Amino acid sequence: MRHGKNRFLIGALAAPLLLYGVFVVSPYAQAFYLAFTDWNGLSGQAGAVGFENFTSLWSDDLFLSALRNNGLMLLVVPLITIVLALFFAAMLTMGRSDQRGGIRGSRAYRIVYFFPQLLSVAILGVLFQFVFTPNNGLLNGVLEAVGLGSFTRSWLAEPAWALPAVMAVMIWAAVGFYVVLFAAAMESIPRDVLEAARLDGAGRLATFRRITLPFVWDTVQVAYVYLGILALDGFALVQIMTVGPGGPNNSTEVIGLTLYRAAFTYGEFGYASAMGVTLFFLTLTLTAVALRATRRERVEVA
Amino acid sequence: MRTKATESLLHVVLLGWAALVTLPLAWAVLSSLKTDAEIFASPWSLPDELRWDNWARAWQEASIGRYLLNTLIVVGGALVLVMLLGALTAYCLARYRFPGNRVIYYTLVAGMLFPVFLALVPLFFVVDQLGMLGTYHGLILVYAAYALPFTVFFLHAFFRGLPTAVAEAAFLDGCSHTSAFFKVMLPMARPGMVSVGIFNFLGLWNQYLLPLVLNPDPDRYVLAQGLAALAVSQGYRSDFSGLFAGLIIAILPVLAAYVLFQRQIRSGLTAGAVR
Repeated sequence: MRHGKNRFLIGALAAPLLLYGVFVVSPYAQAFYLAFTDWNGLSGQAGAVGFENFTSLWSDDLFLSALRNNGLMLLVVPLITIVLALFFAAMLTMGRSDQRGGIRGSRAYRIVYFFPQLLSVAILGVLFQFVFTPNNGLLNGVLEAVGLGSFTRSWLAEPAWALPAVMAVMIWAAVGFYVVLFAAAMESIPRDVLEAARLDGAGRLATFRRITLPFVWDTVQVAYVYLGILALDGFALVQIMTVGPGGPNNSTEVIGLTLYRAAFTYGEFGYASAMGVTLFFLTLTLTAVALRATRRERVEVA
Repeated sequence: MRTKATESLLHVVLLGWAALVTLPLAWAVLSSLKTDAEIFASPWSLPDELRWDNWARAWQEASIGRYLLNTLIVVGGALVLVMLLGALTAYCLARYRFPGNRVIYYTLVAGMLFPVFLALVPLFFVVDQLGMLGTYHGLILVYAAYALPFTVFFLHAFFRGLPTAVAEAAFLDGCSHTSAFFKVMLPMARPGMVSVGIFNFLGLWNQYLLPLVLNPDPDRYVLAQGLAALAVSQGYRSDFSGLFAGLIIAILPVLAAYVLFQRQIRSGLTAGAVR
């Protein structure tokens, strides 16, 4: 009855595993090997250099700026995005404990908020390069229109403002997605729990802190990891939007860009791979720390 | 409980963010219909007449039409490939016991943990050695390979959740393993296929890094890549309006898809995040 099982399995799995092995597993494995060589792509052989690539990373100003900028993005982007998204999601689902259930137009808001999530990073980069353009860009135009003309500046050309501008784009694009995600989580809170809190005389803020937040904490945790990974990237936005690319005084240099340039401009493939390995361990650490840190906090809240 | 005043205040705040989201997009649409002189004169002014020729110029001279076609070919090919292979793999791993099952599953799922940047350098040389740099099929295979982990992960859970009785009945009726999959299990997995299909389509449509490295031939540029190349190249300052038009043309297909399938898209993408 179930004959031919092995033939079916081999026939079904051969192609996907071959594809995955050639284009995903083997490059990742090679990257760990290349990171310990001085390969420049030209010489037939790659010479082993031990940890030299990794030690020179720590005296490479460009890489250190990239590390600092990604670190800053890692602190700012997830935090602001999550706070804004929680705020809007709470507003959209507010009043579920009374009869009307949710604010009017809640669906329409969600449809609009979500849209930026669908735009490619390349499109975001091009669009916001225009928005930040000094002479005829949208941002300076708005500032002048509301009488804040003295705040206009060349956003992407000033070292102090280039990175915040890039981060603003990331936040602009991400908030809506997490509003939808958090609002869905908030809607799954049982109505009688909210009602009981209201009858006990809990105000809006207390209800949010004591009930809503603990209920959606799992989702917030997931959001933190995703946004952290997003903040460790930033390559496409920086490469398209900022001058250089990499910004004035390397103020928007990110690890991905340093890696890309080392590999495909200077041909330092071993060195670039060492950056890739570093990025990998950063991502891994971030995930572990975010999951652990937020878990502890969750116990406190509950 | 809720007063009229607080409700109005809520709407003011919510509308504020909605305006912040739509303003840049609306401004780009407006600019795509103005002349360069009008754009330079004021970011706000309405155009004297709607300059649709900007769009024609972007489509023709700036090759946006060609980039769109390239994108459709590559994304379409990769999508079909990854859905077929992903569903087959997920089904086999979810429904059959065989030695190596867990190893294969975890190796696939681990692919989601690694940053693509780590693979970038060796991947370039793998594709180069296969003679596939700058080819449609090279890009299709790479796209499919990198979309495979999530597809398998998502559909694995889905196939697990389907009742076993149906498949058993199919086997009793003399179905082969292959036809049981294609005729019975795959149709049952349709909701899952749709979700993960939407997720993959958007992910692949928006790819930038992979084509940037693996697709150096300007004739084969995909949309995201071509648009970025236009914006970064020095010559673009001379044709602001054309670039705005190209930008809008690139956004329109996604916007159209969103208007038609907004509910499925939102639930598909958020399901992808929570998993």
